Amino acid sequence: MNLRRDVFQAISDPTRRAILMLVASHALTAGAIAANFDTARPTVSKHLQILTECELLKQNQNGREIYYHINAKKMKEVADFIEPFRNMWDDRFNKLEDVMKKYKSKKQ
Amino acid sequence: MERKTKVNAEEGKQDLVITREFDLPLELLFKAYEEPEFLEQWMGTKVLKLENRMHGGYHFETSDPKGNVVFKANGVIHEFSRNQRIVRTFEMENTPFPVQLEFLEFEKLTDETSKLTMHIIYKSVADREQILRMPFAQGINMAHNRLQEVLLTLK
Repeated sequence: MNLRRDVFQAISDPTRRAILMLVASHALTAGAIAANFDTARPTVSKHLQILTECELLKQNQNGREIYYHINAKKMKEVADFIEPFRNMWDDRFNKLEDVMKKYKSKKQ
Repeated sequence: MERKTKVNAEEGKQDLVITREFDLPLELLFKAYEEPEFLEQWMGTKVLKLENRMHGGYHFETSDPKGNVVFKANGVIHEFSRNQRIVRTFEMENTPFPVQLEFLEFEKLTDETSKLTMHIIYKSVADREQILRMPFAQGINMAHNRLQEVLLTLK
């Protein structure tokens, strides 16, 4: 799925991760976000565009200002992404534990 | 049920760490990795070769209930220290996934409990993400076969 790949590409960049951290608590304008970085303003704008395109950020128009805030639903999707992988290992290790417990009780 | 197995995969990195605490003494946990008989039971695969030593290798093969081989994996063992550590490579044959490097650390917690820490290093960030995107790539057939076995015993 392209969308998912984009999300992971988006969060693979340290500046973009920092932006997500920054807006996690409250919505900020592009200017306020850029003020936190040494990077040139257009570079920050590009990062914001990428994060918005893959839906990790949402835009809110408030008068003349555009505020960026985090899309909690999308962030959760990214976090959940690891869950099937974790489940696979959990199943496998549960099985390991069962097999060895049976062996142990047989031995005693 | 409590989530016993933890996966720590930091964004943008090409490795990840899987940890698990077992209600098993360290020696029994290690035995599950050392003896083909036990590996076969919990991995749900056939162990064709398992040479537990430096320069040794291993080869697993899984078949579907009809006997068709559906999964093959192999690797070489770089370190085998009983009840402590296994360092090995892991490769799934006939798949686009590159070989990965695995560090398995076995620890005693109490006389009756133990911990396994599995550090897996992938060829690239993209390769790790692909493995995560296909969570069952390493085990779909194994899981499937095991499920079938369980269902058969329920009948």
